[in-house]
Amino acid sequence: MNKVNFATVWLSGCSGCHMSFLDQDERLIDLAEKINLVYSPLMDVKDFPENVDVTIVEGAVGNEEQLHLLKTVREHTKILIAIGDCAVTGNVTALRNTLDNGSEEIIRRAYIELTDVNPLTPNDVPKLLKRACPLNEVVKVDYFIPGCPPSADLINYVLTEILAGRAPNMEGKAKYG
Amino acid sequence: MSGAGTVKLKINGVEVTAYEGETILEAAKRAGIRIPTLCYLDGLSNYGSCRLCIVEIKGSPKLFPSCTTPVSNGMEVITDSERLRKYRKMTVELLLSEKPHVCAVCVANGNCELQDLAKEFGVDHLRFDREWTRQKIDLTHDFLVIDNNRCILCTRCVRVCDEIEGVHVLDIKARGKDSQIIVDMDEDWGSSRSCTSCRKCARVCPVGAIYVRDKPISETKDKDIAQFIISRRRR
Ligand code: SF4
Ligand code: SF4
Ligand code: SF4
Ligand code: FES
Repeated sequence: MNKVNFATVWLSGCSGCHMSFLDQDERLIDLAEKINLVYSPLMDVKDFPENVDVTIVEGAVGNEEQLHLLKTVREHTKILIAIGDCAVTGNVTALRNTLDNGSEEIIRRAYIELTDVNPLTPNDVPKLLKRACPLNEVVKVDYFIPGCPPSADLINYVLTEILAGRAPNMEGKAKYG
Repeated sequence: MSGAGTVKLKINGVEVTAYEGETILEAAKRAGIRIPTLCYLDGLSNYGSCRLCIVEIKGSPKLFPSCTTPVSNGMEVITDSERLRKYRKMTVELLLSEKPHVCAVCVANGNCELQDLAKEFGVDHLRFDREWTRQKIDLTHDFLVIDNNRCILCTRCVRVCDEIEGVHVLDIKARGKDSQIIVDMDEDWGSSRSCTSCRKCARVCPVGAIYVRDKPISETKDKDIAQFIISRRRR
């Protein structure tokens, strides 16, 4: 059987969704027989490859670099899955959207107010977007796995269905938070 | 049950006898048929704001809220269909999009009727762009909090305060998406002289909008409180 090219991407999230992915435990061995991991924060690959079959994306789109990466991911991926509430709704990452100048306020809070030494606004980190947004506000998303984080069981269910060529049925399963 | 003051109708093909003037929801409940609800609460007046309880009635292209539509003789009601599920799902998505619901950091996470309905209808994402509104959070009361950012305007709190506690502290101001729950004449809860601090509003709030500070939400919610008090009064 041909293995599918599989990627995982980490945008503005806490990595909890990747942890939950790893929580599939021994089921990862079955998964490894079906997939060929081509890009992930778990491995050392710099550029997102072409011809990826399935990509799971954790985190909201928070800055310009992530926006660029997500667009590349979409162009190079057949099936794109948003994993976790941040990718699905914006969630905690997007709480700053409720502030009038959220992107500026959190930079000031993090780099000026909460620093003990050298309070300084950085100019070499990617520029924050005015609003953090869920993936589907920027690109087409094929499947969604909500949860903060989604349970390993739910991740496993969705991936198993998709790798078997079926569409997952989320009724009674998809829980936010 | 039969005779004067009763009507016969069909719900999902099953013949049901109901009292005249009763709502479709009440008749269905007695017949053991569940219709999803959100603003409805047993023991309070019916308000009809959430539209989760919609049903189809044969002969009409419209959908009807079963909690405010009275039964009539010969009526044929459908409570579950692909069309109804489609609109119920969309309604939940709209409610979630309208306010910055972030379940992961909400006091009601795991004890929220809106969250439960989202799960039931398979709401796995929101098809509508979210309104990242910011509304008033009143932290002035000794132990009660209202966070309008999570309020779905079901008015359960308004009704329980008015109809069961009998003081009508709470109400709604403004219209549309600017609507908010207010205390007295839009004053701070902490300085309210009409609130008896009975906590009934926190007990019936289906989401995390009104809650008791520093108390696990599972211990402070009680959906049966209104019906319980009414039944005691009758004895
Ligand atoms: S009120 Fe319910 S739906 Fe809204 S954030 Fe809280 S748990 Fe989620
Ligand atoms: S605590 Fe009781 S009296 Fe006060 S607002 Fe809530 S329901 Fe009304
Ligand atoms: S505060 Fe709670 S009970 Fe009151 S209207 Fe809002 S959601 Fe309903
Ligand atoms: S329960 Fe009937 S409209 Fe809300």
